Amino acid sequence: MAIQRVVTPEHLFFEAEREKQFITGSEAVREAIRRANVDLAISYPITPQSESMHLVGDIYAEGYLKEYFRGESEFAVMAEVAGASMGGVRVFTATGGPGTLRAFEMFPTWAGARLPIVCTFLTRGVNSPLTIQPDTIEMAFMLDTGMLMFHAENAQDLYDMILKAFVIAEQPDVHLPVGVFADGFFVTHTREQVAVAPADLKLPPYDPYAAPVPVMDMESAPVRQMRDPFVMKSNFISYAAHASWQQEILAAQERARKYVHRYLEGLVDVEHPEAAVLVVTSGTMVSQSREAVAVARQQGLDIGLVKVKSLRPFPREEIKTLARQARTIIVPEYNRVGWLCREVKAVVEDTTKVIGGPRVFGGMTMPPEVVLAQIRRCCA
Amino acid sequence: MTASEYRVLPGPEGYLPPAAACMGVTLPEPGEALVEGKIVPEEDALQRIAEKLLAARNPVFFPGPLVLWAWREGVAEKAKAVLELVEAAGARVIPMPDYRPKYPMINPAVEINPNHPNLTIWHNRIDVGVFVGVHCHYANVALKIIRGGTDCYTIALCGEMGHEDAMITLRSVDTAKLRRLTEAVKALAQAGLPRAAGEHGRR
Repeated sequence: MAIQRVVTPEHLFFEAEREKQFITGSEAVREAIRRANVDLAISYPITPQSESMHLVGDIYAEGYLKEYFRGESEFAVMAEVAGASMGGVRVFTATGGPGTLRAFEMFPTWAGARLPIVCTFLTRGVNSPLTIQPDTIEMAFMLDTGMLMFHAENAQDLYDMILKAFVIAEQPDVHLPVGVFADGFFVTHTREQVAVAPADLKLPPYDPYAAPVPVMDMESAPVRQMRDPFVMKSNFISYAAHASWQQEILAAQERARKYVHRYLEGLVDVEHPEAAVLVVTSGTMVSQSREAVAVARQQGLDIGLVKVKSLRPFPREEIKTLARQARTIIVPEYNRVGWLCREVKAVVEDTTKVIGGPRVFGGMTMPPEVVLAQIRRCCA
Repeated sequence: MTASEYRVLPGPEGYLPPAAACMGVTLPEPGEALVEGKIVPEEDALQRIAEKLLAARNPVFFPGPLVLWAWREGVAEKAKAVLELVEAAGARVIPMPDYRPKYPMINPAVEINPNHPNLTIWHNRIDVGVFVGVHCHYANVALKIIRGGTDCYTIALCGEMGHEDAMITLRSVDTAKLRRLTEAVKALAQAGLPRAAGEHGRR
C-alpha cells in the first residue's frame, strides 16, 4: 500500500497546504480518491465517465485502494458496491447518462439501506438517437431517490465535493449515499488548475460501527442478521413501517444540511444578493452565467448570481429568502425539462418571478451571450 | 435555520405523523438534549427523564442489540449501567433483540420489534418507554410509529447524535452518562417524588 498519513477532514479540506495541478476533471476524480482512504472501487465504462474509473484503477495499482475490479454491467456495479458498503467498507464508483438509468433501481435501494456510498455522475444526454454529449437530464430523474446530490461547477469543485461527500455521507445521523454530479466533457475533459492537498494525506477510515443500521460483517450485533426487507405482507402495520422507513430517509436528508454548511460552506454561493435580477443555476452553467453577469454589471445592470451547490438537500430557505427581494429570477439550464426551474418554483413565494431558461441540450454549449440576452430582457 | 414550532408530544398523533426532522426539529449539539422538540441543556433533560420515569405508571426499557451483546469492549459495562438505571427507576425490561420481521407476529409480552412497536406498547400498557442500544435507523422508524398510534412517552438514550422523534433524547450516551442519570433518578426518588401506582406491582 502507498504510505499515507491519516488527518482530520478539517485539516485535509481547509488547513493543508495545497499544490496546483493542471488536470482534467477525470484526473481530479483520481486525485480525490487518492486521498479518500477508499477500500473498494468498482468500474464499468460509459462515456464520458470511463476515464475517471480507469484512472482510479491506476491508483489501485499504486496501492491507494485495497480492492478494485470491473463489474459486469452498471446494475451489477451498483449492486456490488451496495454489498460492500453493507459489509462496512468505504466504496466509490462512477457512471453517467444511460449508465445512470441502467443502474437506476439501486439508487433508492442505497438510500433505503442507509449506505454511505459516494458515486460520481458525469452527466450526458439520455436520448434516441444516441448522444454522448453534455446534458443534465439524468439529474431530474435522480432528485427523488433519497440520495444527497451535489453539483460541481468545475474540476476544483469535483475534487473537493468528492472528498467532502464521504465525510457527509458517513455521519451517523445522515448515513446516506451521495451523488457528486459534474457535467460530462465540460468538466471531465477540460484541463484546468486544481488545488489539491498533499498526496501523502488521507481521510480517516470509515467507522461502520457508528452506522444507524447493523454492519453485515457477521460479527457485530445482532450477529448474523440480514438487513431484512421486512415487509412483504399486505397489512396496515407493514405499510406503516414502510412509511416510517421512507420518512426516516427524508429526515436524514434534512440532518445533512448542517454538514453541507460545514464542509461545502453553504448550500449556495451568492454574488450580489441585493440585485433586482438574480441568475440561479448549478454546474457548469454557473461559469457561463458568471461571465454573462460580469458583462451585464459592467453595463450597469443590477444583476446577481446564485450558485446552487447542493440539490439534495435543496437550499429551500436560502432561495426563498433571496427571491423575496428580487424582482426576477432567471434559471438557465443544460437540459430540456428545466428541473432546476421546477425546484426553484417549488420554494419561492411568488412563482411569477421565475423565468425558466435559457436552456440548451443534446450537447449544445451555452454561449454567455445567450444568458446575457436573457438578462437584458429581464432588466429592461 | 429557523426554530421549529413543531412539538414532539405523546400521541396518538394521527394516521401518519411526520418525521420531526422534516418539521424543523434539529438534533442537539454536545452538552445539549432535546425535550419535546426543543433544545435544552443536557442537565435539564436528565432531570426531566428522572421525573418521567418516577412518575410513570408502567415505565419500560427497550434495550437493543448494541447493549444486549458484548460485541466490543465496554459494552458489558454499559449494559450493567442500563440495568442499574432500570432498577433505580423501578422499571421493567422488554428487549428489542433484533430487527427482523416476525410473522404472523411477535409475542408482545416478551419483546418489541421496530416494525410494529405499538403492539408491545398496547399489550403491556406502557406509558413511558426508553430506547437504549437500538441502532438509530430502527429507533427512528419505531419512534414515529409509537407517536402515531399510542400515548406512550418515549425517551431515547442514544450513543450517537440522538433522535428527534423521541419526546426526550440524550446524545452521546455512554456508561458515565447512564450513571449520572441513575444518580439523578435516585436523588429525585429520595426527595420523595410521588409515584404513580404501578400496573405490575413494582413498588
